[in-house]
Order: sequence, then C-alpha cells, then structure tokens
Amino acid sequence: MDKLNLDQHISRQFNEDLEEIKTSMLEMGGLVEMQVGDAIRALEDADSGLAEKVIEVESRIDEMEMDIDETCTTLIARRQPAASDLRLVTAVSKAIRDLERIGDEAQKIAKMAIHLAEEGVAPRGYTEVRHIGNCVRKMLNDSLDAFSRFDAEAAIATMKDDRQVDMDYKSALREMITYMMEDPRSISRSMNILWALRSLERIGDHAKNICEHVVYLVQGRDIRHRKLDGDS
Amino acid sequence: MVNKLVTDTAEMLEEKTASRKAVVHSTAYPEQAIGSPFVKNPKMSMRNVDVFYGEKQAIFNVNVDIGQNEVIAMIGPSGCGKSTFLRSINRMNDTVDSCRVKGELTLDGEDIYSAKMDPVALRARVGMVFQKPNPFPKSIYDNVSYGPRLHGLASRRAELDEIVEMSLHRAGLWEEVKDRLDQPGTGLSGGQQQRLCIARAIAISPEVILMDEPCSALDPIATAKIEELIAELSENYTIAIVTHSMQQAARVSHRTAYFHLGHLVEVNDTEKVFTAPEHELTEAYITGRFG
Repeated sequence: MDKLNLDQHISRQFNEDLEEIKTSMLEMGGLVEMQVGDAIRALEDADSGLAEKVIEVESRIDEMEMDIDETCTTLIARRQPAASDLRLVTAVSKAIRDLERIGDEAQKIAKMAIHLAEEGVAPRGYTEVRHIGNCVRKMLNDSLDAFSRFDAEAAIATMKDDRQVDMDYKSALREMITYMMEDPRSISRSMNILWALRSLERIGDHAKNICEHVVYLVQGRDIRHRKLDGDS
Repeated sequence: MVNKLVTDTAEMLEEKTASRKAVVHSTAYPEQAIGSPFVKNPKMSMRNVDVFYGEKQAIFNVNVDIGQNEVIAMIGPSGCGKSTFLRSINRMNDTVDSCRVKGELTLDGEDIYSAKMDPVALRARVGMVFQKPNPFPKSIYDNVSYGPRLHGLASRRAELDEIVEMSLHRAGLWEEVKDRLDQPGTGLSGGQQQRLCIARAIAISPEVILMDEPCSALDPIATAKIEELIAELSENYTIAIVTHSMQQAARVSHRTAYFHLGHLVEVNDTEKVFTAPEHELTEAYITGRFG
C-alpha cells in the first residue's frame, strides 16, 4: 500500500530516483539491524571474533550513509522535489543519520564485548542486556517496517516502546550500581556492561527518531520535541 | 516525571492523529477551497465568482481574498482558469465579448463590477503586467509617463520627471536606462522591457498589481531580478501573480492558490503548499504526478 504514489510521476526517472533512495535506506537499515543483533550476541557469548566482524562492517555503513546522502543532494538539485517527495527525501536523509548512529552504538557494544572477552565475563547484567537488547531490536525493526509501509500509526505505536526501554535502562543501572558497591572488584567488568546498556538505550532513542521521521513523511507534521514545547 | 511526560506525549499524539489528518487523500473538488482562502485584512475579496465564455463555464464558484501587501501566487495546469480569474479582477475580460463574470468582486469593499465603477479608473488602481513584455513603440520616458499623463497625475514637467524616475527606480531599471530615456523602449533587452512594463504599471500608483506569467519569456537572471523586484514591491503594493513555474511561486509568494479545471482547490501559506499540501490534487500537481 503505497499511499505516497511514488510510482506515479510523469517522469519515470524521478519515480526510480525516489524508489532508489528509499530502497537503499531500507537496505542500510537491514544491515544496521544485523549489526545490533551481532553486537549483542558477541557481548553475551564473549565472542571477540563476532565483535571484530561488527567493527569491520561498521565502515560499510558509513559508506552507505555517504552514498545515500549524496543521492539525496543530487535529487534535490536536479528535481526540486516538493510536498510528499520533498518529505520523503528529508525523512530519508534524516533517517540514515540515525541509522549511522545506531551503527556507531553497535560498534561500541562490540568493543565492550572484546574487553569482556579479554578481562573475563562480568558477574551480572546479562539478563538486562538480553531483555533491553530484544526491546530495542524490535523497536528498530518496527520503525523500519513503518518506514517501508509509510505507516504513521505504527510509527507512533513504536515510539511508545521507548518509554519502556528508558525505564528498564534506569532499573538496570540501579541494579548494576548496587552490585558494584557490594563487590568493588567487579567494577571494571561491570562498567563494560553498563556502557553496552547505555548504547542499547541510545539505539532505542534513534529508533524513536526514525518513527518521528515517518510521521513527518506521511502526515507532514513535525512531532519532535513535543513534550518540551507542549501542544501547538 | 520524565516517563510521565513521555506517556502523555504519546497519548496526546495518538489523539491528534485520530482527530486531524494533515494530508487529505481525496481527488474530489472541495465545495470550498480548502486551507485558508480568507484573510483578516482583504484588499480584494472575491465571492461566488463564476466566469463563462459564451455557454462554456471557465470558473466555478471561486471564493478567495487577496490580503493587503500580500503576494499571492496562482498555479495550476494549463486551462485551469487562473489567467481568466486574474483578468476578471481588473475587468480585462470586459474586452472579450463572449465573457461573462458573475459573483461579487470587491476592491476595498467597493464592487468592481457595479455600474458606477469606471473600468479605466479601476485598471489604474489594479495594474497588470503581461506574459510578453509589451512596451509601447515610444521612448523609455514616454512609456512610463504615458499613464500619469493620461490620468492627469502630474501638472508640470518636473513632476512627471519625478514620477518617471521614481517608477524606474522602483522597477530596478533606473541605473541601466537613466542616460537613454529618449531611446525606444523596444530597444531594451527582454528582461529590461519587462521591468519597463512594471515601471509603467507602477507609475500610476496602483494599489494592486496583477502579473500574468511575467517571467515566462525571460532568462534566469532577468527572472531573478523580477522576483527580487516582486519582493520589494510587496512592501507598497498587493500582488497577484499567475505562474507556470512552481519554483517561482514557492520563491516569491506568501500564499499559493491552486486551480484545477476552473475550480479553486486549495489556498494555503506557500510554505505549507510546497511541503505538505492538504488536497490530493494539489499534491499531484506540484509533485508532477499528472499531465
């Protein structure tokens, strides 16, 4: 259900250009999703080989971001998109920035996995990593789904999940701190888990941003920072 | 606290989404132009306007205001009636025998189609600039001074000189022609000729300037100069511009009106029209989705 009628321009080339940036963005999204999954698994299994792979693939994500960015700029210069076309280009251009950041966070988690593989596993925190990890992976998946289907309702529903992630992150934080106070010898290893949790929480924030871009794309409303501005 | 705020926001957003869709998905003509066709301080008001050429109806029940010192752009595919509508608001259509205009059209509250209204006096208040530059086959000076002379706006030569200089200044042409005012206007470049026509239009101190595709015969540089001029002129005049260039409408106007086969479909702030138009037909036109 393509509500934006991307394929109905008089210029077929324009249809293709717009399709292309959307497809490339979703392709980049797929790769980023895989990175997040791999990074979490590397951390859980203290698998430094998998972690190295995540770090390697990260540069591919950076390249994709630059490629898509350039395609967007060219499209603006050549086609002067307006209305929903303009919103699509803007939304893609913002979403790839969020995806790239998610890639960075995955890389950070992979680095923590390498530390843990070298220093020995942390005494606690894996349950939390698994739980929050699953939540943010689902959020990321849902946000990309909402983008591909231009579904603003689904995007808003996904945004709500970020609230749960934030709460879980805070409670995990408290638990880790309590444990570190009880057993100061584990602080260094526990900190690695903490940083990974922090990265996961950030991934949730970026997935929420992608949802905001979807709402802008579909409905033409900017809903960012609403809780600060109040209603408009 | 933060979590509470987040919950509230999510709920608020959900309610808003249910109650208000920013993008209307409909291809039917709205009964009234959607968006904001009316303004608080209208310079001109058009109500229930129908225009016919003989039996054929070209404009269907158009209701719209043109605000004081506003630049309003009228866009739409060829044959949508935007030029016909523009020509109705200074009675240029009077010259077309088969053309009939129905409805209420007012300038500062005065009915412009009333028997008391002198069309020549009206056109002095509502000036017009055409698609192709059409200077009179006279000198640059005479082109600009023709109107003021005709309307008796200057009693002495010095006054006339002043009007000519001021008009050419405002049209951004003075520096280029001040040393050759006695030369024929037709000897200027296309862009200069169009600015001469604008100088001629503003020489009689109109209140409203109508422009019917003023840049379609000009190159990009001359176009940029005219657009710059439109921005400056809007400080003193009310401007309605018909254009085929959507980028031009986006650049120069405050509000944009979209016409489709004689119907006024949407009038909105230009920014809104070009980022998130409300009507499907507007969207389809400005994104190039139908021919």
